[in-house]
Amino acid sequence: MTVNMKNISLFALVGVLIIGAGIIQGANTALLILNFGLISAIMSLGVNLQWGLAGLLNVGVMGFVALGGLAAVLVSMPTTYDAWSAGGGRMIVALLVGLGAIIATVFAYKKLPAGKTRTLAILVLLIAGFFLFRSLFDAAVTEIERVNPAGTGYLGGLGLPVIISWPVGGLLAAGAAWVIGKVALGLRSDYLAIATLGIAEIIISLLKNEDWLSRGVKNVVGIPRPVPYEVDLQASQAFIDTAASIGFEPVLASTLFVKLCYAALFTTVLLILLWLSQMALNSPWGRMMRAIRDNEVSSQAMGKNITARHLQIFILGSAICGIAGAMMTTLDSQLTPTAYQPLRFTFLVWVMVIVGGSGNNWGSVLGGFLIWFLWVEVEPMGAALMNLITAPMADGYWLKDHLLESVAHMRLLTMGIILIVVLRFSPKGLIPEK
Amino acid sequence: MDLLNAFIALSNFVLIPGIAYGSQLALGALGVTLIYGILRFSNFAHGDTMAFGAMATIMVTWLLQSWGISLGPLPTALLALPFGIAFTALLLLGTDRVIYRFYRTQKSPPVIFLIVSLGVMFIMNGLVRFIIGPGDQRFADGERFIIRAREFKAWTGLSEGLAFKTSQGITVITAVIVVAWLFWFLNKTRTGKSMRAFSDNEDLALLSGINPERVVTITWILVAALATIAGVLYGLDKGFKPFTYFQLLLPIFAAAIVGGLGNPLGAITGGFVIAFSEVTITYAFKKVLTYILPDSLDPTGLVQLLSTDYKFAVSFVILIIVLLFKPTGLFKGKAL
Amino acid sequence: MSEPFLIGDKMTGGYGKGPDILHDCTLAVNKGEIAVIVGPNGAGKSTAMKAVFGMLNVHTGAVRLNGEDITKLSPQARVAKGMGFVPQTSNIFTSMTVEENLEMGAFLREDGMEETMQQVYDLFPILKEKRLQAAGELSGGQRQQVAVGRALMTKPTVLMLDEPTAGVSPIVMDELFDRIIEVARTGISILMVEQNARQALEIADKGYVLVQGANRFTDTGQALLADPEVRKSFLGG
Repeated sequence: MTVNMKNISLFALVGVLIIGAGIIQGANTALLILNFGLISAIMSLGVNLQWGLAGLLNVGVMGFVALGGLAAVLVSMPTTYDAWSAGGGRMIVALLVGLGAIIATVFAYKKLPAGKTRTLAILVLLIAGFFLFRSLFDAAVTEIERVNPAGTGYLGGLGLPVIISWPVGGLLAAGAAWVIGKVALGLRSDYLAIATLGIAEIIISLLKNEDWLSRGVKNVVGIPRPVPYEVDLQASQAFIDTAASIGFEPVLASTLFVKLCYAALFTTVLLILLWLSQMALNSPWGRMMRAIRDNEVSSQAMGKNITARHLQIFILGSAICGIAGAMMTTLDSQLTPTAYQPLRFTFLVWVMVIVGGSGNNWGSVLGGFLIWFLWVEVEPMGAALMNLITAPMADGYWLKDHLLESVAHMRLLTMGIILIVVLRFSPKGLIPEK
Repeated sequence: MDLLNAFIALSNFVLIPGIAYGSQLALGALGVTLIYGILRFSNFAHGDTMAFGAMATIMVTWLLQSWGISLGPLPTALLALPFGIAFTALLLLGTDRVIYRFYRTQKSPPVIFLIVSLGVMFIMNGLVRFIIGPGDQRFADGERFIIRAREFKAWTGLSEGLAFKTSQGITVITAVIVVAWLFWFLNKTRTGKSMRAFSDNEDLALLSGINPERVVTITWILVAALATIAGVLYGLDKGFKPFTYFQLLLPIFAAAIVGGLGNPLGAITGGFVIAFSEVTITYAFKKVLTYILPDSLDPTGLVQLLSTDYKFAVSFVILIIVLLFKPTGLFKGKAL
Repeated sequence: MSEPFLIGDKMTGGYGKGPDILHDCTLAVNKGEIAVIVGPNGAGKSTAMKAVFGMLNVHTGAVRLNGEDITKLSPQARVAKGMGFVPQTSNIFTSMTVEENLEMGAFLREDGMEETMQQVYDLFPILKEKRLQAAGELSGGQRQQVAVGRALMTKPTVLMLDEPTAGVSPIVMDELFDRIIEVARTGISILMVEQNARQALEIADKGYVLVQGANRFTDTGQALLADPEVRKSFLGG
């Protein structure tokens, strides 16, 4: 069996798994797994770019994904004009003042000679800037959040088609990655890991607490879709007729059709990104990246600026995660900041990349689908297993209740074991790097 | 009098909680730094190791409580602590035997260890939630306060009360004992010195006949003790919830890096730097300022620099500043 | 003539599974004598010594200490057998005090080490003065003294030194050589690799000139110094 055959059959196997889920649990479930699988595949492409190609540890995938989600809100939600007139202008001034203070500080640090004067200048700039920012900002926040807090209470978005938010999400994530990369790249590899871990936590707390921006824990719901709504389809005679002609009743047909539309959109994005990643991998640039990864010292000796290259690839990889994040929020039609859990959004993506095969784009895509499938299906499988194990125990026995209750946590355990086992016995993953 | 009141308010809300939290972070950071110094990797499973240790201790505490055993005014958890440490040590030694040792013999680079530790983190996280559940657990018993605010007011006649929780007192005393013992162990005993030698220069340590597996075993046992103690103290002080321990990873790593990874003295300093920055920056100074400023200048707002929701941002910003200006940390990192 | 105290006999081998670096190379040292390995850069001098110490895969030939075949022993086991080794670089615990360095040297010993430590201090008085200072803060020459002192703490019967005078001033070098002679007088055999061939051969009982991992000339130190061919090719005339 050639390598290619093996890879094709691996993908076929995942296909069969998803179709199997479709047969047992219904086509809607299968399509949902497929759609999230597509998004997961994109996330793991992004992480693979960073880890597989450059050996960079990004432990803050969640943060970049969440920034994508924020982009979906900022681009597509209708503008809250009242909030803008109440405090929008002041908010912009406040943000500009904050940014100005930071730029002035950096400028002072770079231009002034080291010494007491510089320290003093920086302290004054930072402290004065902070208090000025806070006074403007707090006032603006109060004004904005006062406007219809139950319905809006935030500035809203631009009211543009939600698809535009996908590249915008990429840009937001790229911006955050630039800041982090500037600081932590070029130092030891674990520093980048810890810095990304930190930025992810902070982005999530921003989303949770800055109500004026994203409504915080009140969530933003009803993000406009790029695809038709089920109710509209069900009201359309043409759709009902078409559905009937292929033997579907309209409600089921509409839900499936909507999911298929998403699947088509996501597949397009995945294919474009996969094509770009493959091009990058096999370009001189990609070869150089791998050369740097495999031997930093000699690459440095050959005059390559490693930190600058790493910054490039770190930004690109994070941008891909941002795009995936925006797509996911689009699919959910809502932004729920409390739903961002690091184990689910950061570490699970790592499992995908490593199981799929770090350094291989096809491997990452496969890992994305496979691990997502397992993540979804381990819970019912675990529940079935637990039912089997606890069957001989008497009802109401504390251990039985406890085991059945704890099934939900089985999947963390399973994912950890999968990661450890793959790292130990097949460190190159299912589809190894060529 | 107002100055005294201001000082009491500051002690109550900043100094005492800061010292307690700093001690907890310092113990956590000591564990991280020991692993970094001896095993040479950043252990991302450390937060969850703390959670496991605390969980094991809680289970034993419950058992003791059900037998009616208690320590009187002190929390029963102190009695259960040695058992918790033993369980955690067994877990860590088992993890080392089954998982880490393979990579050690392969001489894998530190990043691989780091990723492996992510897997271990997953497993421990699942294990803890599986056994005790993801929710809050109460296990503190005994006397809740050493000094109560009301008694303090009656006793001193001040308008500001001072509350000193038992958990805070225990935290500080335990931390002092543990740290003193650890430094004595590392600097005065033959085994401790051999650990420092191993951390300083592994090849030369081998040439001197130091057994690396023994050093590694002792390191894991020490880490188990430090993590469990830190986890239990944090749990007594602020309540036990598995996810908060995962979140402690950031301030703990920030503390270890600020002090200089691999440097125990640095880990302790870093712990207090992070803790005090966090508490000070997220504390609303209105009360203190009202006491010390003339009435005409009384602040209208809360005078809180950052809301407590952003406490992680504080560790993060300090971390960034250190990485920008002194990546090796305040004390030079690396060797123990 | 009876067999030398330590002999690396006709060693052939290389690092791990890599190509052979040593070819039929023989090194030997008698009790209480000084043997010096010299040769051009890349001749395999350090490699040859590491082979004697067990850090190389020697597939042909043997290493014998006091008549016992130790070819298969690990470096650590050889330390226990009484071999002391001072690497060329990173040969001290920089963050530990001088005294702790010596203590670590004696880590394997069960008996008291005060006496040996006193002997080391007698040999290197400056170390006694600085015994509570971190070894990393000392000067280059003093660091080498710590390194040698650490190796002596196991009470070795053979002391192996990899370029002990690398990077130290000529005065310090002379002083170090004096100390090494003193060590040899206590009955310890010395095997060392040296860049400063002329000075080293002057104190050597036995000299080995290696080229490309094989013996080129072997004789007493004085004879090698007198040999015109050795002088021309290896001692700069």
